[in-house]
Amino acid sequence: MLEKALYGDRKYWMWIISLTGVMVIGGLFYLHQFRNGLTVTGMSRDVTWGLYIAQFTFLVGVAASAVMVVLPYYLHNYKAFGKITILGEFLAISAVTMCVLFIVVDMGQPFRVINLFLHPSPRSMMLWDTVALMGYLLLNVLISRVTLSAERKGIAPPHWIKPVIILSIPWAISIHTVTAFLYSGLAARPFWMTAVLAPRFLASAFASGPALLILVCLILRKVAKYDVGREPIQKLAVIATYAMCANVFFFLMEVFTAAYSNIPEHMAHFEYLYFGLGNHHALVPWMWTSAALAVLTLILLLNPKFRAKENLLVVACAALFASIWIDKGMGMVVTGFIPSTAGQVHEYFPSVTEIFVALGIWALGILMVTAFYKIALSLRRSAA
Amino acid sequence: MMDRRDFMKYAGLSGLSLASIPLLKKLSAAELPQGSSHATKQLAMVVNLRKCLELDNCTKCIEACNQTHNIPLIDNPDDNIRWIWKERFDRAFEDQEHEHLTESIRWSPLVVMCNHCENPPCVRVCPTQATWKREKDGIVMMDWHRCIGCRYCMAACPYGSRSFNWRDPRQHLAKIQPDYPTRTKGVVEKCTFCDERLSRGQLPSCVEACSEKALTFGDLSDHKSEVRELLSSAYTIRRKPSLGTGPQVYYIV
Repeated sequence: MLEKALYGDRKYWMWIISLTGVMVIGGLFYLHQFRNGLTVTGMSRDVTWGLYIAQFTFLVGVAASAVMVVLPYYLHNYKAFGKITILGEFLAISAVTMCVLFIVVDMGQPFRVINLFLHPSPRSMMLWDTVALMGYLLLNVLISRVTLSAERKGIAPPHWIKPVIILSIPWAISIHTVTAFLYSGLAARPFWMTAVLAPRFLASAFASGPALLILVCLILRKVAKYDVGREPIQKLAVIATYAMCANVFFFLMEVFTAAYSNIPEHMAHFEYLYFGLGNHHALVPWMWTSAALAVLTLILLLNPKFRAKENLLVVACAALFASIWIDKGMGMVVTGFIPSTAGQVHEYFPSVTEIFVALGIWALGILMVTAFYKIALSLRRSAA
Repeated sequence: MMDRRDFMKYAGLSGLSLASIPLLKKLSAAELPQGSSHATKQLAMVVNLRKCLELDNCTKCIEACNQTHNIPLIDNPDDNIRWIWKERFDRAFEDQEHEHLTESIRWSPLVVMCNHCENPPCVRVCPTQATWKREKDGIVMMDWHRCIGCRYCMAACPYGSRSFNWRDPRQHLAKIQPDYPTRTKGVVEKCTFCDERLSRGQLPSCVEACSEKALTFGDLSDHKSEVRELLSSAYTIRRKPSLGTGPQVYYIV
């Protein structure tokens, strides 16, 4: 099955080679970090997590969002998603792989990762997050493999896979919930310690994931001449619309609670994000961009006439994805540390090394998606 | 005959089950969260600020600690390692500070360190049990050979008491103290109330170094201990007690 990824035209190979190039560069930067320690990153004793953990958090959301195609198809028998469930599952596998890599590159002693399994601590949310993510990865590998090979043989998938697929639905919810618990259980960090963090994570994931999938489907139509049809894309747009509304709603809840209660520790983080504290306002332009993109997204998505036009839908999806990426992939994690536990404002800027390592991992994820989709589409074509 | 796919499948499954054995073993044997009542002793520190602030710019306790524990001197504050250090009152006690506070206290640098909490959040979050609360005396211990450097404990500590070795600390040691280990890059470290000295019957090096006798160290479960006497005779405050961590460093203001 895997060998299908090895047959492609010139453009396909150029794409693969470029991605590999970015991966190699990222790998070289990682070697630099490995040799000299995490001092080569922008992190510091005040801001101890940065771009890597933020990308991890964002990508757990992308992985979890596969449930938004799996659930309608398998639970509600929504046939229009038949062509894209496999795309969602492959996206999830690639995203979880990227998550694992982002965790590993963030570790001070990556060779000791085995200690997670040798000395597990059931009280640590990190253990449960590892269990949740690994389980989710296995479920999706199993499901995509079984369903795809049945499709190749032109037979119905075996019956035993159905309960496994059903299990993957709550499991998807769990991975992002437990990822939120990593943060929301810390009394030291008032910015994260909010019960709405997990719901908000899920809402933003179920908006950004389907938006990404829409873009991917449209790209596939263009470069691979594979058309999933209009209906699933429009349905995904509706899902993204609802989820984005929920995400913005949860965010406003947060702002109200912090601003009206007026507890300085809760307020300070939002002030830092949107107005800056003292001379420190690195994230301010980004956060307002994210907010503006969110508004644009809602205008385009909430109006069915706009949403139905594919070129406007592309703009809406790209804006939505960027808005949530900024919010979750830049703002959410580091702002938990700004101001610090001693009320000090120490800003964070990712270093060149960090950026290239992150790009390398993204390139690997995109490479995986490309190869997986190549396999899936080749099998479908040869079956057709 | 097994084909390539079957081989991969079985190899993957066997690897996975092998990897999960220690996990299951550990989880089944894992102990439930322990409250402080189980500890036979609870070591604590009382910092008398009236005495401590008497000498301006005194850093004897900090220097003693740095030398005893091979703590690197790194110029860049981002990469600093600190076990005991000075924090201004308005930062150490953010929730106690107000604008009419007596000037002699408000901007005063006071010594802070790991609070050896009764209910330490760092211990709760550590995924590898590389940091734990020692049952016999309540010290929050640290095993930097097991630490994977995920820095979750640093996110969880409300006091900034933990330091990460962002770079190789050995390159920043002027003199190596042979009877205490040095650390490697990529691990977290912190104050352990000088567990190595306590086991030799000595006091923590900061307590010993303080010429003003501003630091008092002892066992809170012992009614006659010096720390208990101080706590019952003077008004003391702790850092962020509302978070439920139960900090064991007390300050006489």
